[in-house]
Amino acid sequence: MSILFIVLPLAFVLAGIGVWAFMWAVKSGQYDDMDTPPYRAMFDDD
Amino acid sequence: MTATLPQPEHDLPRTVKGASCSCSHCGQPVPLGLIVAGQEQQFCCQGCASVYELIHSCGLDAYYRLREQSEAAAQAVPATDGDRLAVFDADKFHELYVRSREDGARLVDLMLEGVHCAACVWLIEKLPRVVPGVLEARLSLRQATVRITWDPANAKLSQIAKALSTLGYSPHPARGSRDTVQLAEQRTMLIRMGVAGALAGNTMLLAFALYTGLFSSMEQQFTQLFRWTSAVLGVIALAWPGRVFFQGAWAALRTRSPHLDVPIALALGVGGVVGLVNVILSRGEIYFDSLTVLVFLLLVGRFIQYRQQRRADESVGLLFSLTPTHCRRVVASEDGSIEQVPAEAVQVNDLLQVHAGELIPADGTVEEGNASVIASLLTGESAPVPIQPGDGVCAGSQLASSTIRLRVSAVGEATRVGRLMELVQRGVADKPQIVALTDRIAGWFVVTVSTIALGVFAAWSLFDLSAAVDHTVALLIIACPCALGLATPLTLAVMIGRSARNDILIKSGAVLDRLAKPGRILMDKTGTMTRGAMRVEQWVGDGSVRPLVVEAERHATHPIALAIVEQYEDEQTVAADDIHAIQVLPNGVKAQTSLGLLYIGSRACMEQSSCMVPGVFLEQADRWAEQACTTVFVSLGARVVAALAVGDAIRSDVRHSIAQLRDWGWQIEMLTGDEQAVAEQVAKAVGLERSALHAGVSPEQKLNAFKERSDGMPLVMVGDGVNDAAALAAADVGIAVSGGAEASMAAADVYLAKPGLTGLVELIARARSCRAVVKQNLALSLTYNAIAISLAAAGLVTPLVAAVLMPLSSATVLALAMKGRRLPTFQQRQYEGPQR
Repeated sequence: MSILFIVLPLAFVLAGIGVWAFMWAVKSGQYDDMDTPPYRAMFDDD
Repeated sequence: MTATLPQPEHDLPRTVKGASCSCSHCGQPVPLGLIVAGQEQQFCCQGCASVYELIHSCGLDAYYRLREQSEAAAQAVPATDGDRLAVFDADKFHELYVRSREDGARLVDLMLEGVHCAACVWLIEKLPRVVPGVLEARLSLRQATVRITWDPANAKLSQIAKALSTLGYSPHPARGSRDTVQLAEQRTMLIRMGVAGALAGNTMLLAFALYTGLFSSMEQQFTQLFRWTSAVLGVIALAWPGRVFFQGAWAALRTRSPHLDVPIALALGVGGVVGLVNVILSRGEIYFDSLTVLVFLLLVGRFIQYRQQRRADESVGLLFSLTPTHCRRVVASEDGSIEQVPAEAVQVNDLLQVHAGELIPADGTVEEGNASVIASLLTGESAPVPIQPGDGVCAGSQLASSTIRLRVSAVGEATRVGRLMELVQRGVADKPQIVALTDRIAGWFVVTVSTIALGVFAAWSLFDLSAAVDHTVALLIIACPCALGLATPLTLAVMIGRSARNDILIKSGAVLDRLAKPGRILMDKTGTMTRGAMRVEQWVGDGSVRPLVVEAERHATHPIALAIVEQYEDEQTVAADDIHAIQVLPNGVKAQTSLGLLYIGSRACMEQSSCMVPGVFLEQADRWAEQACTTVFVSLGARVVAALAVGDAIRSDVRHSIAQLRDWGWQIEMLTGDEQAVAEQVAKAVGLERSALHAGVSPEQKLNAFKERSDGMPLVMVGDGVNDAAALAAADVGIAVSGGAEASMAAADVYLAKPGLTGLVELIARARSCRAVVKQNLALSLTYNAIAISLAAAGLVTPLVAAVLMPLSSATVLALAMKGRRLPTFQQRQYEGPQR
């Protein structure tokens, strides 16, 4: 059961990476415009 | 398209032999006369044909396919921007709006008119194909703003602007949008919310394990591990995203103003400290799961409210972009040619040319041209004032007719408008902060809860000191007004969002709170109660000459002439033979007609042309003069046959709106810079007494009217002009109405983007229903608190009970806040008369 002592911190490291990725996404402006990108995804590249 | 080709005749059939023929670009019916046989593409006008040609030649036909998919109406009318776009190349324009990138490319944000669907996004972002030299175009649909990156070596900005204009998206430099400070604020809030969410989720997982361990026994070492990790996560949540509540509470305490942050910070602080102590001492309860969820939910509520407010704020900011930013400067040295410059580049002693209908960009003296100006936005006086060489004109007034050249005497802050704007700034600074209902309650909430907590602590400490600490902490946490702190912003956000869809842009949620209780409304006359423009009020005499009058007045540019033409536009047109040799006189119009010589004009005009004016018409003119209307005589064959009264018409909905507001208990007063006689006539027409009338008020006096208020009643200002801006800023709630000046829009808390006062009635109706929902929430959350506090005082609240009770109460209150959506809409209630 003492595996918990390793797994728990590991889980938090993973969660921390998630939070860091979110912060990076926000700071790089990916959440600034919530309306246009969904349309952009529909267009075919040509 | 109307500007490029004459309108099709009305009697033409709109379909060809049963098969409908619609324009290949805009989808509207093609007039029979324009159908080209044997061709697949048909166009309703030359404008559409040229847009289609451009799109087709760039290989962008997919636009039409996309547009069908998104089922949006077509953008039919190509803009007619003409020479306006030349200003995009001016040095000053680049200095103001354009940024350079390290690699030499330039960046500019342009606000576009007519952007509405996915196909627009696609077409605009294909701009690099239309104009070589454009590197990238990125459109933000909500803001209707495109960021263009281009290579200055290969393209000029005016070419890019021209292309956008040809495609039907008239470009303007984006002012007041994409504000970097506000963008940074939004990002910070988003990060805070995300971090709080992650922490809350993880703490809940740990809490779940701990609560399960309550019922089956858990090994001591794991309990300790989970308690310590919860504590770490909880402390991070309180110290990082939760810091805003402590900062808010501290600010409120320093200014001694009540704020909801105070009880929230109290609960968070006490819960955090005691929880931490208990973890360190390995005893008692911890509350970190409830605390982290609390922080997260409260931040979600605030973020949603912030976004709705930003949306309203942005919409107003983007409207600024539509106001003209350029003017025509006469080049001093050479042959008197004219260049387009941004308004900010104008300097003292420049010679400017201003055309009819344009705003005058700077204070100055007229050098050439006789014309008339409308200074209603500036002075509140609705009648146009004639000007001639030597007269001074003020920036912000509108040229009603003809063309003038003026020598600039003051620009920017030195102009009369500029000085008024200084007053506005001061008005904003002096404005008392609105204390929201929930914040006022938070004041005594803190006192009550602390008193009860002290009592509970004292009572329990008689028996058991550690139990006393536990129960008091439980009480403080469970009494946290989180339901209220979450529900109020959401209720406001729902209301602000719904209002924005109905063209009411609310810049601050506190306004809704303030408008729920009746107070005094001071209303500007010109532009608010009246249209702010001339209109024919009455026609007396022979009506059969009307078509001739309209035809003759078409040639004049005087505001009165414009009003006459507009009003009788639908009259039968006259044949060219019936009227000719139309000539515009200084105070009238003269024409040869089949019925004799026609004169239309003032009394002076009649006298000069020796026309006989019968006594009835003279008496009528006197009566109209009393009602502040201008009389226009029509004479045919040297004898006056008809007379018209022209004045500034009152909006049709004003009387009804005022009656409705009075039913709700509001006091309405009128505040105007116009003359007493004009003001009285309007007051009578809308049902206001003389005592509620303040005429001849200067902008400075308007501001004083707000400084001198004594009673605690909310004071609301409704206006549209620059002259109202300072008062709008100083009022408890400033409401700018549609068609107003930029300054008033910026100074006001609310902008009604539709004409008339119906929007005002709707706004107050919304405020009332918003207040009702907030009160419901309040009652519910106070009931919850009363029950929870009693339980806690009895020592029955464990962390598990708290963890179940708190979200339960939040959910109930949230459901109520959202129920605001299902309240009867204003349209249904409009004519029900007084309520409650």
